[in-house]
Amino acid sequence: MQRRKIGLAVGAVAMSLALSACVAGGSGGGSSSGSTPGGQTGNITIGIKYDQPGLGMQVGNQYQGFDVDVARYVAKELGYADNQITFMETPSAQRETLIQSGQVKLIFATYSITDARKEKVDFAGPYFVAGQDILVKSDRTDINGPADLKGHKLCSVVGSTSAKKIKDQYPEVQLQEVDTYSKCAEAVAAGSMDAMTTDDIILAGYAAQPQYKGKLKVVGHPFTQERYGVGLKKGDTELQTKVNDALKKMIADGSWQKFLDNNFGASGYQYNKDTNPPTPGTA
Amino acid sequence: MQGLIELLQQYNVLAAFWMTIRLTLISAVGALVLGTIIAVMRVSPVPVLQRFATTYVTLVRNTPLTLIVTFCVLGLYLFMNVRLLPPSVDPKAQLFTWAVVALTIYHATFVAEGIRSGINTVPQGQAEASRAIGLNFGQVLGQVVLPQAMRAAITPLGNTFIALTKNTTVVSAVGVAEASYLMKNMIEFSPQLLFAIFFLMALGFVILTLPAGLFFSWASAKWRVQR
Repeated sequence: MQRRKIGLAVGAVAMSLALSACVAGGSGGGSSSGSTPGGQTGNITIGIKYDQPGLGMQVGNQYQGFDVDVARYVAKELGYADNQITFMETPSAQRETLIQSGQVKLIFATYSITDARKEKVDFAGPYFVAGQDILVKSDRTDINGPADLKGHKLCSVVGSTSAKKIKDQYPEVQLQEVDTYSKCAEAVAAGSMDAMTTDDIILAGYAAQPQYKGKLKVVGHPFTQERYGVGLKKGDTELQTKVNDALKKMIADGSWQKFLDNNFGASGYQYNKDTNPPTPGTA
Repeated sequence: MQGLIELLQQYNVLAAFWMTIRLTLISAVGALVLGTIIAVMRVSPVPVLQRFATTYVTLVRNTPLTLIVTFCVLGLYLFMNVRLLPPSVDPKAQLFTWAVVALTIYHATFVAEGIRSGINTVPQGQAEASRAIGLNFGQVLGQVVLPQAMRAAITPLGNTFIALTKNTTVVSAVGVAEASYLMKNMIEFSPQLLFAIFFLMALGFVILTLPAGLFFSWASAKWRVQR
């Protein structure tokens, strides 16, 4: 009886090991889907966000936003027509895995260039430099930066860089974390939260949404720098160079400015002119 | 292995699992108390109480936990400012209390059903015999039926306890700093250690649930009603 119980315990531990191994193994699969590099005949799968207004948003079966516009431009420069692009949702937690397994070729999904991520993937870009900022109701004038948030209720997303920044540097702020930014935006608009924080361009996307138009504003004093890059497979320098060239061309010919105006014009959002437009190829 | 050590050094894994343990234990006590009351109401001779208990179980058991947690925390606490503790208490504690309430409300239904199944194992004749010697409803329940029912209900209650341990991960959606909240942070800030993160979390939960499972198996055998 005793021996059987120990056997059971060992079995259960082994099972948990097998489960995590199965997660590990899963990432290796599916490498056959993806597209042939540089081939204009095949399709290209591009990872975007589906739930970020102004940046990457699924509306019906259409995709719109700044990231989507940039992705289309770059894909065109690489030789893919619009109908050869397949968009795929890449939630934050899965971005590295999806690139490594080859399920997506490129990722345009508010993907900040960091050293930890560079261990697993390579970046082209940056194509935009965002900064952490604060979103408040349009009629509020008392909050202009993180220092003004003392004693106020601030909303952000669980496990985000922005939330960590506030916890580390402004511990006196009442930070409430929830699972999505849309819940934060809703809470700020309803007045149950004083402000929400994340990258300025993401905030601007919410401020530009029809239901919040004129009700929410970005205070416009970014206090960090997040360099958005294009995620691609580690070691693929050829693709990296091509994407960088495409991004340079996009900024030079005015398309970059046009994409920003189209997606954020309604929010009155002013991007940080000191850091933008960035120089692609410095990732 | 290197990755695991790095994670343990960089993040406060113990604090996160301690939060999971506290959520589990406090909600388990709450759910046991509330669940017992609901089960008693269900077998009581008062039709109103019976109907209330049945409705409660049917309604809450079939609502997703995420919905209950979101409703309690976002709806009641954040939007409508309903506080369970005095306003002077730290918001983190307010949040924790609401999370416990949500977990309690949900798991009480499973506890109630577990206890009811235990009550069903007690032969009808015993209740009838107790009434025949002049015991009232409270005495029949408290001295004859429930002591046997609880012993028979140990296995289903153990299952509910283990489910509760794992279900605490749902409250990370409202920012309670427990294990899966930590996992989301780890994935954001140490994506290069993804598999070590999964392994660590799986291991943590196995360490919590496995002894609980063994304990409940042992307890149900030890306190089995001999008939």
